[in-house]
Amino acid sequence: MIDYGKVLNPCVTEIKPSGIRKFFDIAATMDDVISLGVGEPDFQTPWQIRKAGINSLQNGKTKYTSNSGLIELRKEISNYISRKYSVEYNEDDEILITVGGSEAIDGCIRAIVSPGDEVIIPQPSYVCYEPITRLAGGVPVIIETKAEDDFKVTPEQLKNAISDKTKILILPYPCNPTGAIMEKKDLEKLAEILKDTNIIVLSDEIYSELTFGTKHTSIASIEGMRERTVMINGFSKSFSMTGWRMGFACGPKEILAEITKIHQFAIMCAPTTSQYAAMEALKNCDDEVARMCKEYNMRRRLMVSGFNEIGLTCREPKGAFYAFPSIKSTGMTSEEFCEKLLYSKKVAVVPGTAFGDSGEGFIRASYCYSTEHIKEAIKRIGEFLEEIK
Amino acid sequence: MKYEILKLLAKNARYTEKDIAVMLEITEGEVKNFIAELEKDGLIRGYKAVIDWEKLDSASVSAIIEINVVPKAGLGFEEVAEKLMKYDEVESVYLMSGVYDLNVVVKGKTLHDIAKFVAKEVATIDSVTSTTTHFVMRRYKEMDVELISEREDDRGQFWI
Repeated sequence: MIDYGKVLNPCVTEIKPSGIRKFFDIAATMDDVISLGVGEPDFQTPWQIRKAGINSLQNGKTKYTSNSGLIELRKEISNYISRKYSVEYNEDDEILITVGGSEAIDGCIRAIVSPGDEVIIPQPSYVCYEPITRLAGGVPVIIETKAEDDFKVTPEQLKNAISDKTKILILPYPCNPTGAIMEKKDLEKLAEILKDTNIIVLSDEIYSELTFGTKHTSIASIEGMRERTVMINGFSKSFSMTGWRMGFACGPKEILAEITKIHQFAIMCAPTTSQYAAMEALKNCDDEVARMCKEYNMRRRLMVSGFNEIGLTCREPKGAFYAFPSIKSTGMTSEEFCEKLLYSKKVAVVPGTAFGDSGEGFIRASYCYSTEHIKEAIKRIGEFLEEIK
Repeated sequence: MKYEILKLLAKNARYTEKDIAVMLEITEGEVKNFIAELEKDGLIRGYKAVIDWEKLDSASVSAIIEINVVPKAGLGFEEVAEKLMKYDEVESVYLMSGVYDLNVVVKGKTLHDIAKFVAKEVATIDSVTSTTTHFVMRRYKEMDVELISEREDDRGQFWI
């Protein structure tokens, strides 16, 4: 008999499948569950973007593109980043089109991290950074961001986390799941610490278009930071294009060349149809993005006010499309809360601990749902809180 | 702000004043006042449910009637339009650009009701020169609401 224990790479087998997977599987099989779980837009991709994809197919654009992606698209990205975030990237050698932001994150970490190197990861945050670091043989160093700091990375926390083995600081803002953003003044303080080091910032800005009240600032726009930042962004969240798998990385050509090598051998190129669609998104969809953003904002206010009203303290999330209320007042753990809520009221939310230990005491609720849906869910959570009093 | 309120109410007339206040970050009092003004100024003309009548056995029939009119001096199309809109059977009356003049949506219990209405009440008007009646066979979408089937949420695999 074959011994798969000897077949498989321990580096991979040691990565635990997320424990809450089971919980999601239960939720998926239950009828009439009202979910606030999904982390992707409910809007359809704007029609003109879909149309651009269809047109490209009709015109026979069905071949590989260059490894880095269509030069016209890279040019559009260069314009877009310059226009929106005031950072200049050369489309020839400083921009790579990837299969979603995820591939860009993977490529960037793999290009930089050797076994034993440390990667600083603020948590609660999106779940991919830690396993990807481990796959590269790297050592995750976790910064536990705090509610009282609005879930920002503080200069003190960063200083304490840096060692002579630090290669990367992950900066996932606007943040899934906390909704936190880091403003210019916050980023400047971190930049001060990073400026004289060889640490690269992997700035995951996938939610950059979804900020409320304050415009997004990229750390790459801060003096001295462009040369030590890989900016990652994509089309999934801002243009409601999750299924198209379109992302990109921008950064110094020395780093991008290495990420491009990995991409070239592992991926070849991002999907051609999606690249044509993405071009339309960047050129002509500012209005659509603004419309969706406005809608998210109304849902956000409804949800945050709803949570606070039923007694779950919820800070104002200033970005992304999640609320991250505290459930500490119930005395339950996050997982307990979510499980009981699911069984008794058929409402599904994600325990904060899914995003790191520091998510304990919180739940993540997505507002990628209609206002009617959000109101019904909050009503049920309110009933649940009354019952467990 | 009034425009924002109108857009919300057009989407869902059952939003409470409080919902609207929260979503637009204004006070409930302000919402109340704005809505009162909008009603007084005649911008908001009513609040109605969107109903899929076909789900009832006693479903009604509707038709769109295209009407050609010889406009009267000084009155234009108003005289005919105003006459038509008084009928209970008439759901809407529009003056159109293009090959005909008035578009009238009529509902009745049966095909026969509508045929009778057209023959007796519409075609007999002096300045009406011709009518073309189209019966509605199926409703797919009404007032922005899809009636056929609700689009299912096909997301759900990716929770994190």
